[in-house]
Amino acid sequence: MEFALIQLLNALQYGLLLFLVASGLTLIFGIMGIINLAHGSFYMIGAYMAFTLSSLTGSLAVAMVLGVVLSVVLGLFLEWALFAHLYRRDHLEQVLLTYGLILIFEELRSLIVGNDVHGVTVPPMFGGSIALGDTMTYPVYRLVISAVCVVIALGMYLLIQKTRLGMMIRAGASNREMVGVLGVNVNLVFRLVFALGVALAAFAGMLAAPVSSVYPGMGQQVLIICFVVVVIGGIGSVWGALAASLLIGLVDTFGKVLVPEYAGVAVYVLMAAILLWRPEGLFRRA
Amino acid sequence: MADVLLEAHELHTYYGASHVLHGVGFTVREGEAVGLMGRNGMGKTTLIKSMLGIVPPRSGTVRVRGYDATRWPTFRITRQGIAYVPEGRGIFPNLSVRENLQMAARPALDGRCDWTYGRVLETFPRLAERLSHGGAQLSGGEQQMLTIGRALLTNPSLLILDEATEGLAPLIAREIWRIVREIRGSGIAAVIVDKNYAHVTAITDRNVVLVKGQVAYECDSATARSDPAALHAFLGV
Repeated sequence: MEFALIQLLNALQYGLLLFLVASGLTLIFGIMGIINLAHGSFYMIGAYMAFTLSSLTGSLAVAMVLGVVLSVVLGLFLEWALFAHLYRRDHLEQVLLTYGLILIFEELRSLIVGNDVHGVTVPPMFGGSIALGDTMTYPVYRLVISAVCVVIALGMYLLIQKTRLGMMIRAGASNREMVGVLGVNVNLVFRLVFALGVALAAFAGMLAAPVSSVYPGMGQQVLIICFVVVVIGGIGSVWGALAASLLIGLVDTFGKVLVPEYAGVAVYVLMAAILLWRPEGLFRRA
Repeated sequence: MADVLLEAHELHTYYGASHVLHGVGFTVREGEAVGLMGRNGMGKTTLIKSMLGIVPPRSGTVRVRGYDATRWPTFRITRQGIAYVPEGRGIFPNLSVRENLQMAARPALDGRCDWTYGRVLETFPRLAERLSHGGAQLSGGEQQMLTIGRALLTNPSLLILDEATEGLAPLIAREIWRIVREIRGSGIAAVIVDKNYAHVTAITDRNVVLVKGQVAYECDSATARSDPAALHAFLGV
């Protein structure tokens, strides 16, 4: 029983973390129409920032604050310099540019931090474990990850559904030209959405760093699973991404426990089944 | 004479290789209503879109309140107090009626806020009953009221209406005309594009007729009302 509970908590934590990365991907894809293969790189950059900045400053919390600021700046810069020129272009050109970015980011990572695997220490405040039943314990830090992700998901809900900026974002997804006619600087709105997506992915990488460690290629791994989330959830739907992330968290975690020899394909079988049932994904475009 | 709000000079605009506007000039002054007429495909909508930077002209100049706005982005032009109700309306179907109105609201350039959310709902009581409906669930007439209401919430000095009564039942169209007269009564300048020339000339001060992307005829509305023959010759009705 306690074992099942632990797996459930793991599934939840994995799913929620996945949501942070995938929500940015689905927003950028659904609202701006850009396939961003480099999105996984932002997760990797976040994790490496957590490692470098926390060894420099001695505190993961400080590293995270600095990291979020830096990733917003990176997002604003990339949108201005590169992605703003992609909106009117076809998907092949988007894939070429963003694949190129993956190579550049990986090479820069190799030059700056090297190719070693690094660990990041859990902040001492959250270092302990809590008892689950009589025999099992569960690390507090993993619970903190889940809680932080829930708060961020709630914040995104409020931002997108309740604020004027959120209305402009949704309006821009359906008729960009008309939003401009109404006197709104759509380019600026899209730049902010892009930077938000980058910051979310990087923050997910920072949160995950203490549990998953930091290693080359970690971005690509998360990118592929994030595209599965976007496809299952319905392109452009943030709530679809949340549902799909949690579903994938469950299937992947329990798949590894119950049928370890097939765990690698479980998520893809799930995707195929859902697409047969609902070809547009669980939620239609928001 | 009142200040010029929006002015086009020698506009040449292309859609790809097709040359749509051939050196069009057009002026709207503060408080003035201008009818923009012409048969289908003569360049009325293109002229509006060129002046607003949606389809930038290849040559010529656009001036907004005296500033050279030829290369300005659309939002910067409309922020000068210009509201555009496009043909086909441009409702956001994925936003509720309330959100369609709220996202656009802003005070005028001089800070005045004549049109508030409450006043728009008073003017369009049918919208007040449908606030939480999605934009796509409205009838054609309600969608038109929503776009006009949304445009008014930007507290414009100039309202551009492109085929506002197109495809509406006569009763609803009459309601729209009543509202347009009411808006005119508050002193907002207007550019009105519509097929019903009698209705247009009843509201406007003067009229411009486009034929094949050029200004073919201009007249004041009193002349047009007393002697409609000249206007009809260009419009082929």
